[in-house]
Amino acid sequence: MSSPPGAAAIVCRALTKRYGSVVALDRLDLEVPVGSVFGFLGPNGAGKTTTMRLLTSLAQASGGEATLAGVPVGDGEPNRRGLLGYLDQDPRFHTWMTARELLDLVGRLYRMTDADRRARIDEALETVGLTDAARRPIGGLSGGMRQRLGVAQAILNRPPILLLDEPVSSLDPEGRVDMLAVIRRLGGTSTVLFSTHILTDVERVCDRIAILDHGRLVTTGPMTELLERYARPIYRLEPEDGQSDAVARMLDALRAAPFVTHVEETAAVLRIAVSDAEDAGRQLLAMVAAHGVGLLVLERQRPTLEDVFLQLVGRRAHEPQAAA
Amino acid sequence: MIGLGSMLRKELLEQWRTRRILVVAVVFSALGIGSPLLARYTPELVKVLAGDQFQIVLPPPTAADAVSQFLKNVGQAGVLSAILLAMGSVAVEKERGTAALLLTKPVSRGAFLLAKLLAIGTTLLVGVLLAAIGGFYYTAILFEALPPLGWAAMAGLLLLGLVAYASLTFLGSALTRSSLAAAAIGIGAMIVLAVVSALPAIGPFTPGGLNAPGAALAVGKEPGAVIGPLLVNLAGVSAIFAVAWLAFRRQEL
Repeated sequence: MSSPPGAAAIVCRALTKRYGSVVALDRLDLEVPVGSVFGFLGPNGAGKTTTMRLLTSLAQASGGEATLAGVPVGDGEPNRRGLLGYLDQDPRFHTWMTARELLDLVGRLYRMTDADRRARIDEALETVGLTDAARRPIGGLSGGMRQRLGVAQAILNRPPILLLDEPVSSLDPEGRVDMLAVIRRLGGTSTVLFSTHILTDVERVCDRIAILDHGRLVTTGPMTELLERYARPIYRLEPEDGQSDAVARMLDALRAAPFVTHVEETAAVLRIAVSDAEDAGRQLLAMVAAHGVGLLVLERQRPTLEDVFLQLVGRRAHEPQAAA
Repeated sequence: MIGLGSMLRKELLEQWRTRRILVVAVVFSALGIGSPLLARYTPELVKVLAGDQFQIVLPPPTAADAVSQFLKNVGQAGVLSAILLAMGSVAVEKERGTAALLLTKPVSRGAFLLAKLLAIGTTLLVGVLLAAIGGFYYTAILFEALPPLGWAAMAGLLLLGLVAYASLTFLGSALTRSSLAAAAIGIGAMIVLAVVSALPAIGPFTPGGLNAPGAALAVGKEPGAVIGPLLVNLAGVSAIFAVAWLAFRRQEL
């Protein structure tokens, strides 16, 4: 299926999901452009998986509507048309099958010819690094291997839309890097909606993002634009050892300073978010000197997605959702 | 019914890989062969066990006794097998999340369900077929050769009754996320049907009610009304499947 340039592959309009009195997703408006690798961010419980389940018709919306490649979801029509590949955050398989048998079943469901199916299975297994384990029963595969298999079954038919819910959460660091590279490559042929709460992964592969919190869309847009719009300049300070009292007094003063928007203290490192980098640079040095704090390091850092997230959501992505 | 062929292939492969079809084949074969043996040698066993202290007079066993024994043994084990095969068929896939994996592919929910019911029916068919062949052969050796078509009709009616019990449990499996709850629904239905089968007007139309015309057909006798109960049971299985589909159609997974 081809879409006009700039068209949206995934559209949500006031998409809502309620479980009794709990609103898991609250009037989500979202457009994911064709061909983008779209990071879907939020703390645990923000509504990311709920959105994925609505888009795959595994759950029914309480309100609003959504389309995949222009086809309304809800009754599973996009699934039946083979428009999407989906990886669950905790992929489960029939453990009596081998990895190759599972992919063979998936290929048959997509009505691939025998030759095409064999070729695509080999390609998918190679892409996710599971060629050697292809004939092993799934019940004997590790969690990371199952996650790779989940990606393989999602990409087997080269779907125009890929919905990946936490696709690298069970992988070791090396596997994570490999899989992120795969996802980045997939962006050339598919539209990828990639949910995670690991922001560095998103920075590596995504061109656009949306941030959800408490079931609501906080912001969405191109990553570079959001970094420019929301990320405040950050100064990183590393005081010398043995001056805890002076550092504590300086921190109190910094928290009260009008140019400081956020102070974070981790181990022996202070991260100071400021409103005006130029002005703050001068004032910060003066305050350090005034409190007699000796520094090993003082540097201005490039704002990260973590900073944007922290500013918009008020906590880190991996921190649990506060009760509403 | 998008994806029915591929799903049926997967379900039959699962019946084979998980040894279900093998267990059913062995159990049904043993019961099929054992029933005429039991009918033939029970009087002699009773006499031996009673010894010289009691004088027990038993009529000589006949082929009709072998048929009756066959229907009782294969029927009872068959109902239990039907419940065991159907109880987890949908519920386990929902509980484990494998249904979600498949239903995001080009598979309609109707095809997902029908493939499962057809696979259960196929497993029961294999079991009943092996039991019928064994039972027919040993009845011929130990008693007399019965009309093969009548015997086949009896086996067909028995199979339909078992599929009816399986479909009731299958409905429970589609409605719930628990195999045990599905089994409870199947066993509950079995008890209710056993009670209802005692009612003269309704009894012949229950799955168990198919045994009486089956037994008559097997020994070459006039079965009485059989078309009506046959159609009622076929319609029942279809209706139960329709209810399962309606319940499953928009179920959240």
